[in-house]
Amino acid sequence: MSTLFEKIGGEGAVDASVDIFYRKVLSDDSISHFFETTDMEAQHAKQKAFLTMAFGGPNNYSGTDMRTAHAPLVAKGLNESHFNAVAGHLQSTLEELDVPAELIAEVMAIAGSTKEDVLGL
Amino acid sequence: MPKITYQGKEYSTEPDETVLKALRRNGVLVPYSCGAGSCHTCMLHCQKGSVTERSQKDLKPALKSLNYFLACQCTPESDISVALPDDEDVYVSARCVKKEQLSPTVWRFSLETAVPVFYHAGQFVNLKNEAGWIRSYSIASLPAEDSLIELQVRRMPDGQMSHWMIDDFDIGMHIDLEGPNGHCIYTDGRPDMPILMVATGTGLAPLIGILRDALHQKHTGPIYLYHGARTSDEIYLHDDLVAIAKQNDNVHYAGCVSGDDVPEGMQAGRSSDIAMQEHPDLKGFRLFLCGAPPMVRAMRKNAFLAGASMPDISADAFTTPEHLP
Repeated sequence: MSTLFEKIGGEGAVDASVDIFYRKVLSDDSISHFFETTDMEAQHAKQKAFLTMAFGGPNNYSGTDMRTAHAPLVAKGLNESHFNAVAGHLQSTLEELDVPAELIAEVMAIAGSTKEDVLGL
Repeated sequence: MPKITYQGKEYSTEPDETVLKALRRNGVLVPYSCGAGSCHTCMLHCQKGSVTERSQKDLKPALKSLNYFLACQCTPESDISVALPDDEDVYVSARCVKKEQLSPTVWRFSLETAVPVFYHAGQFVNLKNEAGWIRSYSIASLPAEDSLIELQVRRMPDGQMSHWMIDDFDIGMHIDLEGPNGHCIYTDGRPDMPILMVATGTGLAPLIGILRDALHQKHTGPIYLYHGARTSDEIYLHDDLVAIAKQNDNVHYAGCVSGDDVPEGMQAGRSSDIAMQEHPDLKGFRLFLCGAPPMVRAMRKNAFLAGASMPDISADAFTTPEHLP
């Protein structure tokens, strides 16, 4: 049986999604300030790591990592509405790439499972 | 099993072991994070030997051709010698052979090194003078066509090294040079890709090198170069660039003056604004951005939002205080 990561298209799918996804996030004035840094390349790599994880791909990220990494953003006011906005951009990215609905649902479930850690709840 | 050499010591590898695992098993604590090839924290430079295709798959073409690789993705097939990307600071002696003024504030220095320095056009070197001051300068020359290393130095009110270079560093004198560094370079393989180059101030230096490199490597796609300054007398090498554009159908050059008093043959406005106005859709473009950090930052974001792919954007922000607006 193949994994979600294989079914969705593996690293190729991550490569195809990352620019579309990051462009959506940066163009959304309600959340772009959380993603704007002096080092856009590093930020782009982080989005790639995030997508790899959400697509069920190989990663070493733990809940604690997610919590620590997002703590400075939570301190700046990161809340559920921002989380939902990012999730929405993830969903529309996958829809744009014609990913089958049942796979999108699986990706959204993985992304949703990070909510408590991301928001420090 | 292949051996890994790091900082002069040799380390053994085990079957199917990555460079990262082998080094860490031997107590060499090179940085890493995701372990999955995503974050690029564990990137190393392979100085000798070859690395696997897989370990370079995701890197920018420039980094690939300079032999960088991801330690967590590389299971070496033969002996290799590796270094941390910023570990390599060996100085060589360089002599000033030519010095000439290009604009009210910019001087051109041509240096000859005691031992050959192998570089790509667009990279930068660090210069250290006798007082121990160290500053980075981009290389404007092309190794295939120039025997001397050319740097362009702009005099800045608060830049003590720039004053020293321009006032005291004369023909025949020596200075210590380290490098090359940086990966803002032309990479072959996609000769028909459109290229957009945007510079402010002496950000022009590396772009001239990259432009000449692209032409030398028979780039066929259009190349657009925008050079910006506040006043027209700082649009240096203007006539040379007009001539290059005249000789090459695919080269388009614009000197951009952001202040008042724009002479004929130059455009009014900031180089980044004019570049974006004339190229609102950057899908499929290769970009080179060099100069003042605020311009480079804003332009990188705008280019990405206009459709350029992140790995195709190369930037060199001049982070010395003298380049702040």
